Amino acid sequence: MKCQHCEKPATFHITELTDPSGPVIVHLCEEHARIYLSQENNDSPKNALAGMLAKQLKLEQTAESLAKLDKKTCPHCGISFAEFRQAGRLGCPYDYVFFQADLEPLLLNIHGAKVHRGKHPSRRGGSPDRQHQLIQQRREMQAAIQKEDYERAGQIRDIIKQLETETDPDAPPAAKSVE
Amino acid sequence: MHVKLEELTEKCGEWLRGSGPQSDIVISSRIRLARNLAEFSFVRRAGDDERAGISKLVRQQIEAVKEWENVLFLDVDRMDEVDRQFLVERQLMSRELADAEGSRGVAIDLNEKFSVMVNEEDHLRIQVMRSGLDIQSAWDTITLIDDLLEKKLTYAFHDSLGYLTACPTNVGTGLRVSVMLHLPALVITREIEKVFRSLQKINVAVRGLYGEGSQFMGDFYQVSNQITLGRTEQELVTTVNEVVPRIIEYERRAREFLLNESEQDLHDDVSRAFGILCTAKKISSEETLHYLSKVRMGVNLGLIKNVEMGTINKLFVHTQPAHLQKLRGQHLSVTDRNIERATYLQQHLVPKG
Repeated sequence: MKCQHCEKPATFHITELTDPSGPVIVHLCEEHARIYLSQENNDSPKNALAGMLAKQLKLEQTAESLAKLDKKTCPHCGISFAEFRQAGRLGCPYDYVFFQADLEPLLLNIHGAKVHRGKHPSRRGGSPDRQHQLIQQRREMQAAIQKEDYERAGQIRDIIKQLETETDPDAPPAAKSVE
Repeated sequence: MHVKLEELTEKCGEWLRGSGPQSDIVISSRIRLARNLAEFSFVRRAGDDERAGISKLVRQQIEAVKEWENVLFLDVDRMDEVDRQFLVERQLMSRELADAEGSRGVAIDLNEKFSVMVNEEDHLRIQVMRSGLDIQSAWDTITLIDDLLEKKLTYAFHDSLGYLTACPTNVGTGLRVSVMLHLPALVITREIEKVFRSLQKINVAVRGLYGEGSQFMGDFYQVSNQITLGRTEQELVTTVNEVVPRIIEYERRAREFLLNESEQDLHDDVSRAFGILCTAKKISSEETLHYLSKVRMGVNLGLIKNVEMGTINKLFVHTQPAHLQKLRGQHLSVTDRNIERATYLQQHLVPKG
């Protein structure tokens, strides 16, 4: 049997079982199998996500509200919903709070559930406000560096240092000593 | 490269020992937990400084764990290509981490029972490996490692969504259990698809690949849980733990069938494979994997004698490009590797004397 993409013999016979229409078999040579599988590795959750999002959004939203949602941007990490849809990856932990209502149907679609039932960290996770502020300040510092505004970057660096050393009653003792 | 890491080359990782429950069919069990730090953007969104900060913070905390004298932290961004490939072949880190950019690292247990990747898709990817079908003990170990790190690092956690991950497909437990199976008889008897079709309804994903990064072959399959949210970790572990023995049973029946119906053909096939591995003067890694798979079944069924299962398992990894080059201690072109590989196979397979 020949590879589906070239004249070489097909030595890899891959059965895709995740396709909703049933198992799909592809026959490939070593080189194309590598490309196929590495693409799948990188893109498969992303493609699946994009597909799910598209389906779900079509069902539930008008073009107008979709365009509006796409522009919605996290105040801390600065990711827009459109960027998330494109990459399939969120920008920071706060996105789960900020986009919670928008993500819920997607989570239901993926997991058939929307509430965590597994393990919890043994201690409280520190102050969310402080954490979100750190994310935002680090992003702004990066932006300042990119604009070569080193004076501003230096100012932000001081703010970050101060935030990092601030006493956080719930933070682990070890984390405080880190600069 | 680090001296201690150099010692790994000759050794054979935990997951390839060729022992452990059901190790004639189950190569390895592994569990990974995805964790992120509450104070930072997820990796893809993080700038260079931020990534460096994450690496540094995690490294400090990992190196401060008293119980982890045998754990080595490596800066992946400072390693050369062969060393990175070596760790991928050894399954101590993912190809994604090897190929990524920016500050990133991996902490490896020198007994190769666990590793922690830093700045892969999530800030932390903790993984525990076991030989054979041994998911429960992998979970018992990884949850302790997780507790240990959680005392030192503030995880991003949401009361109703659980552990927060860069990709919503991992949110909740952040847990992925995967079991790598060697199923040559189901492939020969063309039963494999039927078996997997029957498993589709149970929320497990099956992928037909040999998860060695760039090396793939047909007889190896990986079974893992599909969802991460809404079930407890123990429930997810149990789901996979219940499904795998059914697949093993199918494979055993197929092997029995082959022995009863066409032992001579089967014996001929595995012996020819063994013959090629013992006599070839140059051989590609693809061809090697193909024949090693047959020989592995031959050894399991007693059709090939005087070869240890541990030897075969070791050859699967040691004949890969980076391992060959590290064993030889020099950079080798593809052609030279093919010659070196054939020599290496003969040294380990041809009966001495």
